[in-house]
Amino acid sequence: MNELNDLLRRILFLPVQGSDFARSVDHLHFFVWSVSMLGAATTLSVALVFVLRYQRKKTLQATPHIEPKPIHEALLIGGPLVLFLTWFAIGYSQYVVLQTPPKEAMDVYVQGKKWMWKFAYPGGPNSTDVLRVPAGRPVRLLLTSRDVIHSFYVPALRLKQDALPGRYTQTWFNADPGRYPIFCAEYCGLGHSAMLGELVVMPAAEFDAWMDEHRRTNQAAAQDQRPIAAEDIDVRGSLLEQGRRIAATQGCLKCHSVDGSRHIGPTWLDLYASKVKLEDGRTIVADEAYLTRSMMEPNAEIVAGYKGVMPTFQGKLSGPEAAAIAEFIKSLRTDAPSAEPQKGPVYVPVTDK
Amino acid sequence: MSLSPTSDAVYNSPNYLTAPTGIRSWLLTLDHKRIGVMYLALVVAAFALGGFFALLLRLELLTPGPTVMDAMTYNRMFTLHGVIMIFLFMIPAIPGVFGNFFLPLMLGAQDVAFPKINLLTVYLYLIGATIAVWGMIQGGTDTGWTFYTPYSTTTVTTLSPVLLGAFILGMGSILTGLNFIVTIHTLRAPGISWMRMPLFVWAMYATSIIQVLATPVLGMTLLLVAIEKTFGFGIFDPARGGDPILFQHLFWFYSHPAVYIMVLPAMAVISEVVQTFARKNMYGYKAVAFSSLGIAFVGFFVWGHHLFTSGQSTFASGVFGVLSMFVGIFTAVKVFNWTATLYKGAIQVSTPFVYFLGFLYFLIFGGLTGIALSTVSLDVHWQDTYFVVAHFHFIMVGATMMAFLAALHYWWPKMFGRMYSERWSLAASLLVILGFNATFIPQFLLGNMGMPRRYYSYPQQFQSLNVASTAGASVLGFGFVLVLVYLVASFFSGRVAGPNPWGSRGYEWDTPSPPNLLNFPETPVITRGPHEYQDGPSAEVTHGH
Amino acid sequence: MATEAPSAHLAHHFPDLQTQEHAARLGMWLFLATEILLFTVLFTAYAVYRYLFPGAFDEASKLAHVSMGATNTVVLITSSLTVALGIHYARQGDKRKTVGLLAVTIAFGAVFMVLKGFEYHHHWVDGQLPGKFYHFTGLTGPGVSMYFTIYFLMTGLHGLHVLIGMGVLAWIALRAARGEFSREYSTPVELGGLYWHLVDLIWIFLFPLLYLV
Repeated sequence: MNELNDLLRRILFLPVQGSDFARSVDHLHFFVWSVSMLGAATTLSVALVFVLRYQRKKTLQATPHIEPKPIHEALLIGGPLVLFLTWFAIGYSQYVVLQTPPKEAMDVYVQGKKWMWKFAYPGGPNSTDVLRVPAGRPVRLLLTSRDVIHSFYVPALRLKQDALPGRYTQTWFNADPGRYPIFCAEYCGLGHSAMLGELVVMPAAEFDAWMDEHRRTNQAAAQDQRPIAAEDIDVRGSLLEQGRRIAATQGCLKCHSVDGSRHIGPTWLDLYASKVKLEDGRTIVADEAYLTRSMMEPNAEIVAGYKGVMPTFQGKLSGPEAAAIAEFIKSLRTDAPSAEPQKGPVYVPVTDK
Repeated sequence: MSLSPTSDAVYNSPNYLTAPTGIRSWLLTLDHKRIGVMYLALVVAAFALGGFFALLLRLELLTPGPTVMDAMTYNRMFTLHGVIMIFLFMIPAIPGVFGNFFLPLMLGAQDVAFPKINLLTVYLYLIGATIAVWGMIQGGTDTGWTFYTPYSTTTVTTLSPVLLGAFILGMGSILTGLNFIVTIHTLRAPGISWMRMPLFVWAMYATSIIQVLATPVLGMTLLLVAIEKTFGFGIFDPARGGDPILFQHLFWFYSHPAVYIMVLPAMAVISEVVQTFARKNMYGYKAVAFSSLGIAFVGFFVWGHHLFTSGQSTFASGVFGVLSMFVGIFTAVKVFNWTATLYKGAIQVSTPFVYFLGFLYFLIFGGLTGIALSTVSLDVHWQDTYFVVAHFHFIMVGATMMAFLAALHYWWPKMFGRMYSERWSLAASLLVILGFNATFIPQFLLGNMGMPRRYYSYPQQFQSLNVASTAGASVLGFGFVLVLVYLVASFFSGRVAGPNPWGSRGYEWDTPSPPNLLNFPETPVITRGPHEYQDGPSAEVTHGH
Repeated sequence: MATEAPSAHLAHHFPDLQTQEHAARLGMWLFLATEILLFTVLFTAYAVYRYLFPGAFDEASKLAHVSMGATNTVVLITSSLTVALGIHYARQGDKRKTVGLLAVTIAFGAVFMVLKGFEYHHHWVDGQLPGKFYHFTGLTGPGVSMYFTIYFLMTGLHGLHVLIGMGVLAWIALRAARGEFSREYSTPVELGGLYWHLVDLIWIFLFPLLYLV
């Protein structure tokens, strides 16, 4: 059976099968291909036989008027239909599996941009163009794009998913050890065909060791490094939901409370539009400008009674992200109505390690 | 093979080509036959241009790295190739040339319902084509013919002229479809009931419905892209809350039915060719007639199979996938009925029939690869690879182009009163069929290997199949040039054709070759269905050769 | 039938005037179908973005000028009545009433455009503009500028069709004034009226969706 699988794979010029999913998809492929070849050959042979047998003998030769037998039509419609729907049933069930990552899958954030692939593990190292994953474990990819539509394609895994700007898409795989090329499959300009990557699937133990090594050496850097996840906001979701999430992942809530209690930094409850006394004696209104400036130049206007220990988020928060946090802060009023329920896809933020 | 005495006299009397004379009489003609001939000149020129760009693309793909052009030029070239081939050839060709020429003749009518609008469509084609092509060359459009946002709205190259050109071309397409629908409803001669209409007419009717209903959606969608690019309104821009996938849905809502605008007329031609050259009535007339309507109807609901990897919901993919299976069944119905028509026929293997055989082969494989693509999980691997490129070229060039050539060779004597050289035409048909296989079978394999489309450069392992494909393309191109040469030569040295060199009982053969300006001296009354061959030679209405 | 002289209005390729008129009407209905499909794209975009930004669309639609929109609705519906009357009198061969009613219809169209102009001006002044041009500070957030993008696209395209309709009716009124129509032949008036009814119908869908809900 394995030999047959490999033979057909080679005849059809298919790449190596890097996962169980690739193997199942290929088996469906072989089924569809062989039956199609058979059906095509049969039909064309019948046509050929007719052409050879029923040659015109006289210029204005008469032919019988033949009306179709309904049973013929029914069989010739019903037969292919059953076949097509069988293929569909198999293929769609495989597709559903592909669309349903298992709960225990390890997440990796993928960002396509012109013209490279950037990968980030939650709380872990980032990389460009080379993605390392453990073999034999399910890995979920959360894809987005920095600019235009790209498509993350690993032929060996028979895997492809478009990466869209402004939202996340997902796919998953459970791969065998090996090194597999990554292509971009959605035209994205001059560097479309140069946007090559490599998926390195390492035996699980090796991967764990590699990951630990990276985390240890990059501990300090990793904490400041923002996960690629936060970089592109789903602008169709509620801005304040985004703000709440970013505030959590960026570590703001380590120093600022939302319930009025005093902590390392001023509480955010009722902060917006309130009058704030600064260290230098001035009183200002905490509007959007002030909130934004506080994020970018935290030591410019320190609130009286607090120390200047807040790090700057210049370069760490994009404009939309800062705006989202400001929206969230604005919503924290003791008399505020509750926020509307979230609509649209939102990916659960990764838990801190 | 002696000519009947009347054919010389008929040929020498003024026909639609020779009277009236003068360039103005052509540019301002209201005669559907002249309009068909003008379309022929235009679409052949467009095909040559699109084909030229294709050959350059294949030249570039001979080596993994840069060969004869840089990446930007390559991207512009595949955009030019796609836009020209689809909007300037595939959509307008068979309806514009053969639909215009033969629909009234097949219905016993003197012209289409709205001759002035018919002439207008020629100018809309010309203006739209000029603006689009000039715009792409001048502005360097590099988006591909699918104009996906946000790449199209953010690329530095110019987009608005080609979108405007496509919009104008779309208007021409809509008006052609509208004209045909009204013609079929109102101008059928007495005796031509719906169930006696030639199958060509049925398929053109279905095509026209799609043209009228689908094209406005494309027009508006392209307009929105142009507005977004020019004014920054952000309908598809995520930064302003827009959804790029909405563009894809709107675009494919037209562009999938569009492929049926391309292939239904091809099937229309093939029904006529099969019946004439097998000298036999269509095996399942009703099945073939209604399958055209079925394709038109179901074809509107399958567009999402272009979006399986776009991030659309799993459920949506399921719905679109299963409906795509149904639309394939209608094509299967036609394939079986055409084949069954050969049974107990009296087959003459002339060039049009050879193209039918090629068409059958290409349609079966092109169609089955389409079904395979619809099995969703397989499409995940194949989407945006050369497998899809091979699939649609099998249908568009393999099937539809074969049908166009079949139509050209079948109706050439009727349109121009001349026969072409059968020896040359058979030779060219073999070159075309073989060259086509050599060009596109390697592309199925490249897709299986994982080579994405629109790739300027590629990894080394894809080279040998690319070289094979380019070699095939040169043979294919040569075959097409050969066709042009001997057809043009027939104007000068071709044998005079009689009114009915094929002995066909299609209604359109009941006229001189070429027909007179006025199709029928008086409205014909039809007493039989088309392609009834069970009676002997005494039942012929005209004398064959 | 063969003894009657064919009408001067009968084209050579039609067997009789009745068939020709039927063909003209069928052609017009098909053309109207294409217009509906053109607008369907925008209605679809409206539906999609409304689904994605329900709150923003709710709030933003409150900024539309309902009273002007409602007035315009009455104006257009009345103009449909006047054009229908125009067709009625054209069929009776009454040249004066035909031309008069067509002129009134065109006038109503002009009123519509003027009121629309006022609305647009107000939005312009307030900064409630599409896409990147939106700078109204009273309502912000994702989806709000999208509402106005859709608003301007839909009402803009509709306004363009009102202008086209006015042009068509003006041309037909001119032909009517020249005495081209009679009891026997008034098809162009009918077709022009059909187009105007479509323009009205589209507004009847547009108004509640953009202004009222």
